[in-house]
Amino acid sequence: MGMTIAEKILAAHCGRESVRPGEIIMARIDLALANDITAPLAIKTFGEVGTERVFDREKIALVCDHFAPNKDIRSAEQCKTVRDFAGVQGIKYFFDVGTMGIEHALLPEQGIVLPGDLAIGADSHTCTYGALGAFSTGVGSTDLAAAMISGQAWFRVPRTIRFLYRGSRQKWVGGKDLILFTIGKIGVDGANYAAMEFTGEAIDNLSMDGRFTMANMAIEAGAKTGIFPPDRVTEEYVKGRARREYTIYHSDPDAEYAETIEIDVSGIEPVVAYPHLPSNVRPVREAKGVRIDQAVIGSCTNGRIEDLRQAASVLKGRKVSPKVRTLIFPGTQQIYLEAVREGLVEIFVEAGAAFSTPTCGPCLGGHMGILAAGERAVATTNRNFIGRMGHPESEVYLSGPAVAAASAIAGELVHPDDVVGREN
Amino acid sequence: MKFTGKVWKFGDNVNTDEILAARYLVTVDPEEMGQHLMEDIRPGFSGMVAPGDIIVAGENFGCGSSREHAPLAIKGAGISAVVAAGYARIFYRNAFNMGLPIFESPQAAAALEEGAEIEIDADTGTVTDLGSGEVYRSQPVPPFMQDLIRAGGLINYLTGQSVG
Repeated sequence: MGMTIAEKILAAHCGRESVRPGEIIMARIDLALANDITAPLAIKTFGEVGTERVFDREKIALVCDHFAPNKDIRSAEQCKTVRDFAGVQGIKYFFDVGTMGIEHALLPEQGIVLPGDLAIGADSHTCTYGALGAFSTGVGSTDLAAAMISGQAWFRVPRTIRFLYRGSRQKWVGGKDLILFTIGKIGVDGANYAAMEFTGEAIDNLSMDGRFTMANMAIEAGAKTGIFPPDRVTEEYVKGRARREYTIYHSDPDAEYAETIEIDVSGIEPVVAYPHLPSNVRPVREAKGVRIDQAVIGSCTNGRIEDLRQAASVLKGRKVSPKVRTLIFPGTQQIYLEAVREGLVEIFVEAGAAFSTPTCGPCLGGHMGILAAGERAVATTNRNFIGRMGHPESEVYLSGPAVAAASAIAGELVHPDDVVGREN
Repeated sequence: MKFTGKVWKFGDNVNTDEILAARYLVTVDPEEMGQHLMEDIRPGFSGMVAPGDIIVAGENFGCGSSREHAPLAIKGAGISAVVAAGYARIFYRNAFNMGLPIFESPQAAAALEEGAEIEIDADTGTVTDLGSGEVYRSQPVPPFMQDLIRAGGLINYLTGQSVG
């Protein structure tokens, strides 16, 4: 009996020939990640246990990205806790303001997480690295502390649900639209405990940035991980970034899937997810007339260079509505630099948008773009729960970068064609 | 091991942002977190909770972020246990690691009403409505996991400490 990619990676990390869904295994991990919110709890636990050293200072990444640059005194204290711990332990991959980026954009970009890896992170969007053909999943701070101590973590081997995307994508339809459409179809617990495996011809020509967006939101369907079969697109991305050996895994032809869900992408239009669940998905055309006060383009979901290029293609030569505060967040310093060199930042500023240093800030209602009562935002982020971006009576509509940029110009949710025109 | 308390009822997909909003993730103190439990969906909730009360919710409880602050806030507010129709994966694991006993019972989640007095028996895995006498099935909690809950979580359990 064959295995899926997810099963092969887990088997390889527990020294077994094979594993089956439902089995509980203890596995060695290649990377343990935490941020300025989750690391302090893990560091507290680490101290309580009384261990002196982390298991491997080169297999831990600590990134101050959520409430950084420090939004207030208490977040400054939390970042300091992380910084001090990283210093004492000699953590190789510690990122602070200046080198810091949003963790799930940063670690793949820097070649710190690679295909075939088993990675855990005290952040639910750790599943992003599945785009590389890695098995990565979010855990709590205690599991993370245990992994920092032992280099191991226990897992229940998940069943795998295969998603087969057929057909060709319409203009403006990117990874965000595909994953929102998928979550809308299966629901916010449609893949609870499962691994989602993304395949099909409509995926083959999807860029790495688009794949990161899709894998990133696997958690919004409850999944343990979202994984893509590595191909030449993956190899091209990893080439020049990898600083160590890595392994490419593919699902066997006779691998066993819990379910296969086929989705014809040809009919999918740009979509938005209405408040207050990422599964409340509708074509953006049906949302016409929904006025917005803020547009946020960025986050671990859509803050990569391709996302910024798409937003710039809509904003170029146009102005955002004076009623819409438009905030653009590059995922990392490298992406920031590329945006400067390509002239994207000039386009954004001339359009009347604010361009920020990387931070998770507004996505989770931390800082840099909090909403007041009754306000509404369109955001390329990943969650639209009650109070997610600020006041409990504010609303977040999730979309891809083209819809967010077009809506910023129109002052209401619109299809990008309505702003740019069909000819462009 | 038994838990007795009054029911506070919540719906499906109660997510970690609702359990504890991100603006309060600037502390590692469970009691402080508990003061803001469910604040955005039920303002003033922590002030209404009596020690030992029980949250009863629908499907996919605890979906969203991996923040361990969510089960910590529930404990910090004085809630003794959670009964839900189902749980999101990361929350399920975090809850036990934090020493918060949680029980899965779609029947209890559907039938129990706010204000009901209930008793949960971790040994038998049953939830009893003390008013009506109705009994609902859940899963027994194995002895080692009960020890872990008594210790106050995984780390205390492993290091042999106990908390008051």
